[in-house]
Amino acid sequence: MCENCGCESPDPFQVHAGPDAGAAAHSHMPAHGHDSAPVTGWHAHPAENGSVTWHHHGDAAPRPLLDANQRAADLNRCYFRDHGILALNLVSSPGAGKTTLLKTTLERLHPHIGCAVVVGDLETQADAEALRPTGAPVIQITTGTVCHLDARMVAAAVARLPHTGLRLLFIENVGNLVCPASFDLGEAHRIVLLATTEGENKPLKYPPIFHGARAVVITKTDLAEPAGFRVELARQAITQVAPQAEVLTLSSRNGDGLDTWVAFLDRLLQAFDPRG
Amino acid sequence: MHEVSICEALLDQLTSLAAQQGWPRLRRVWVRLGLLSGVVPDALEFAFAAMATGTPAEGAELLLENEPGHFDCAVCGELELERMDFTCPQCGGALQLLRAGRDLWLSGVEPMPS
Ligand SMILES: Nc1nc2c(ncn2[C@@H]2O[C@H](COP(=O)(O)OP(=O)(O)OP(=O)(O)O)[C@@H](O)[C@H]2O)c(=O)[nH]1
Ligand SMILES: [Mg+2]
Ligand SMILES: [Zn+2]
Repeated sequence: MCENCGCESPDPFQVHAGPDAGAAAHSHMPAHGHDSAPVTGWHAHPAENGSVTWHHHGDAAPRPLLDANQRAADLNRCYFRDHGILALNLVSSPGAGKTTLLKTTLERLHPHIGCAVVVGDLETQADAEALRPTGAPVIQITTGTVCHLDARMVAAAVARLPHTGLRLLFIENVGNLVCPASFDLGEAHRIVLLATTEGENKPLKYPPIFHGARAVVITKTDLAEPAGFRVELARQAITQVAPQAEVLTLSSRNGDGLDTWVAFLDRLLQAFDPRG
Repeated sequence: MHEVSICEALLDQLTSLAAQQGWPRLRRVWVRLGLLSGVVPDALEFAFAAMATGTPAEGAELLLENEPGHFDCAVCGELELERMDFTCPQCGGALQLLRAGRDLWLSGVEPMPS
């Protein structure tokens, strides 16, 4: 049904007079050919003043407006699958503890499982330098004024990574809860970090980044008490926005929860089927 | 600030549409947004006004419409809402976001009548 005029026209190419054109009997005029529909599936409504509005009902959208990134992300996804690489996109507000957690994680995992990191940062090489001593290959992407990584940047960085034995790729996104939400990188899973110093209701304030996350990791639990952070409230908010997400809690400072985190990564690796 | 790249894609589509249809100017342009598109409406409107100069969309009005998302209320069941809201409009209880769109797309145009 057409929501503009309420008609039941099955033919998307017809021009028909809408209610605002005063057609009481709602007459369907002769169909325009395909040529006159600006995009296949669009149809026209004449309006009050002789003008015509072209529209469609969602099924006939021309390309979505973020399509260029989506295509690059789909290519990355194929590439990762073909090469047996499990890619994780780590996102959070600035300073929630991505680099610190990665450093500990690499120290534990890299001796056993081939890991690598692609890290995006606005200006500095600091995060990459912090991670290099772990022995895992690290590629830094300096994004300059761009506040998120996009799929093409990741593809270019991955091309520079040694691939031998590589199974687990961590992509540390730019610290930002807004823009990275709109840019699929081709990762298998998005993982959101939420520090206890940020308050419990961040998920409700930034639904796009939390929704669809494979896991939400509550970091800096050593600071939960002084910060007055209530994990249960955060869990509730996460369940509202991202019902499917697993919730993990940890502190890179005192080591609480790190075993569970590593076991979680292990589970993701086990479940990852490159042929699937 | 990816509103600028979105706007570029939008103006590309509008420019080729207008050329193909022989429309010298557009009067109104509709864009439909998924609730999870992450687009800031003001930023998109601002970018559109600035970047449309010299294209058939110069001076056109940009109308944004939301694609409803699906929510679940423990009391009222599943409902569709056109804005991101975690409080049930019917009973005031907590809502869970089940699914919503991330895409945004051109959904309609009105050429300037000749
Ligand atoms: N108390 C405490 N501090 C932590 C913990 N994890 C990280 N930090 C501190 O938090 C600050 C930021 O940590 P990073 O690991 O650099 O955070 P990030 O998310 O990588 O930051 P950006 O890349 O800038 O967004 C540093 O001073 C860390 O030492 C933790 O578990 N507990
Ligand atoms: Mg960092
Ligand atoms: Zn309700």
